[in-house]
Amino acid sequence: MRLFEFESRQIVKDAGIPVTNYGYALSAEEARSAAAEIGGPVVIKSQVLTGGRMKAGGVKFADTPEEAAAHAAEILELEIGGHMPRGVLVDPKAEVEQEYYAGIVWDGTRKQPMMLFSDMGGIDIEEVAEQHPDHVGRGHFSNLLPFSDFQAKQVIAQTGVTGSELNRATPILAALARLFQTCDMTLAEINPLARLSDGRFVALDAHMDLEDEARPRQKALMAQLGIPAEEQREAHEATPFETAVTAIDSADHRGVIQGKDAGFHGNIGLVIGAGGGSLTLTDAVRSQGGKPANYSEIGGNPSVAKACGLAKAVLEKDGVEKIAVMMSIVSNTRVDIVARGVIKACLELGKDPGETIAIFRIPGAWEEEGFKILDHYGVEYCDRSVSMHEAARRAVEKVQGAAA
Amino acid sequence: MPGIFIDVEVAADARSDATLAAKLEEVCPVDIFAATESGVEIVEQNLDECVLCRLCLDAAPPGAVRVIKLYDGTEL
Amino acid sequence: MSILINEDTTFIVQGITGREAVNLTRECLDYGSKIVGGVTPGRKGREVHGVPVFDTIDQLIDHNGGAVPDGSVVTVPPGFTKDAVFEAIESGIGLIVIVTERIPRRDVAQMVELANLRGARIIGPNCLGLVVPGVAKMGGIGGPARNTEQAYQPGQVGVMSRSGGMTTEISSTLTAAGLGVSTAVSIGGDAIIGSTYAELMPLFEADEQTEAIVIYTEPGGRMEAQLAEWVAANDSRLPIVAFMAGRFMDDEEMKGMSFGHAGTIVEGKEDTASEKILRLEAAGIPVVERIDEIPDAVKAKL
Repeated sequence: MRLFEFESRQIVKDAGIPVTNYGYALSAEEARSAAAEIGGPVVIKSQVLTGGRMKAGGVKFADTPEEAAAHAAEILELEIGGHMPRGVLVDPKAEVEQEYYAGIVWDGTRKQPMMLFSDMGGIDIEEVAEQHPDHVGRGHFSNLLPFSDFQAKQVIAQTGVTGSELNRATPILAALARLFQTCDMTLAEINPLARLSDGRFVALDAHMDLEDEARPRQKALMAQLGIPAEEQREAHEATPFETAVTAIDSADHRGVIQGKDAGFHGNIGLVIGAGGGSLTLTDAVRSQGGKPANYSEIGGNPSVAKACGLAKAVLEKDGVEKIAVMMSIVSNTRVDIVARGVIKACLELGKDPGETIAIFRIPGAWEEEGFKILDHYGVEYCDRSVSMHEAARRAVEKVQGAAA
Repeated sequence: MPGIFIDVEVAADARSDATLAAKLEEVCPVDIFAATESGVEIVEQNLDECVLCRLCLDAAPPGAVRVIKLYDGTEL
Repeated sequence: MSILINEDTTFIVQGITGREAVNLTRECLDYGSKIVGGVTPGRKGREVHGVPVFDTIDQLIDHNGGAVPDGSVVTVPPGFTKDAVFEAIESGIGLIVIVTERIPRRDVAQMVELANLRGARIIGPNCLGLVVPGVAKMGGIGGPARNTEQAYQPGQVGVMSRSGGMTTEISSTLTAAGLGVSTAVSIGGDAIIGSTYAELMPLFEADEQTEAIVIYTEPGGRMEAQLAEWVAANDSRLPIVAFMAGRFMDDEEMKGMSFGHAGTIVEGKEDTASEKILRLEAAGIPVVERIDEIPDAVKAKL
């Protein structure tokens, strides 16, 4: 779960890392008083969960509280990458001597968190790593042994930073490493970490991702940040189809279904599964020239009602006339139960299953029983001797034939 | 609403048997049977969820419960 | 021969009284696996398909005259998995298959670190386990014994897959083509897993039965790059064929989303499908576009 900058800054501050004396405002009026309290030039920053806010006009400088209020009013109305901001940050304009980068990420190969530090902050760290590898320090740390500050010092020293800069930056990177662990982050970065003209270091921006899987045990942190337990933060707002599928899934504990359609604009309804099978089949449909209307996943042996609900949600999407029902070989999910579900969906919508289901390719548990049902309703089906790609090809041919 | 795929029939003389009703309600994993004051009742909206497990057939005297697969006309 | 397990391997099931655990216990027993006990705290004295249940692994070992089981399948809820795995490792168990999904990364990393300290190996989490066709299986892989038999016949190809279901689809394709499978491992769909492709390669390398490797891969993570590096650094006798799913996730509109498994979240430039395909192919590992192309691609390399 991605956190807003104002939340990330709060976490950084609570961890004892110096931050500027910023204010958070939900209205132009609040921005005005925050700016007045700061008393000097300020930066107004849109609080959105997407990158590129600088380019989009979501960051503006103001010299007076009146200007701050005017900019805030504008930014609060500005949509960036499909997201409306959740307030603005009013930050004192800092006298920056130098910008650094401090970050912690997971290294899946080493299976440990990794500290990253650079004396070239303010820009994308991947870019720095590529173009100036000697300006990036790295170091892994244990998940079992206690963390000690010297580990952070070693990473910073790799970049050639020394003197009081090294001694001031070390506790900051160390604190970031510790909070990464205690708060179950998958990413924690301060960029830029600024050295001011008086030698102090402050975090000017922070970016954090909290692991979704850890939310149940991070309730205290969530409460402290005022994030409701049920709040979801996806890369985009849930579409009506996605909301409908989530509701169907949570109404019944048997099996799991998922559906996504953001970014899908085609006419082939996909009722597919499971995890890897859905990835493979979505690719397969596209490689045959087909245009999926959605992505979906069936898993964990859903009830007839759940399979039916998913198929109905797909069929009710605009422009979808036919669905392809396909999975990799199943051993837990039952073929006959899914067959009943998708046929029921057609019947309840007044459609002929034989016409509407372009192909049914789910081999595995209870397939003999499933094939009897499909036979009865005249649905074209195939067993494991027909590959996933061949099944996708047949589905595409039928849908495009129908469209022509 | 009757089932599209599955129908379940309980013989007339077994329908009022309270002990059987309780047993059927307990064994069915998808709640097709409900034990009421008058005996066994079929929960129609759950018929299509039948997983063909035979637990109801095993719990009842021979012939008392019939599970019919409407898609091929055969009986479980 | 095989890797990781053989006909003598004994294992336990932690969380054995759970619904899915009961099923996988039945399936493994039917397939010929040796399950020597189960653990569910508070359920001592019960039996699951004839397998005795204990409160602790210590009790289980005592019951078996001091014999430490070779492995454990862990199917406890995510909040309790780390403790269960620590118990298994500290009891001296050498092979731990974690089925549980949705375990926070920090916990997984701690389990892996302790396992490394004690010389134990972890497969998973978020996996279906492994199978040596015709010999034994450890985990729900392949489903009921009859279905497992249908998809997995003994042969010469080692399979490693980030998707449990696709392990079976690929193995079935290899079986139908007459190649068969030596050992198939569902390695897990999470961002951090106990055993990656590169970490299992030396075992396949040492297994006489295995003559080729097929891997199923997805976007997210550096596991494929690590394999490419391993291949470059080791003069392996085993040809590898790869299949990459989730190519559609490279589309601009799909950025920031994960599909299928938690591990598919793209966190860096190296994580994308197209980048991985380039790396694998540069290492001499062909990446086929269709599952049904796998048998011919393998035969061409044998």
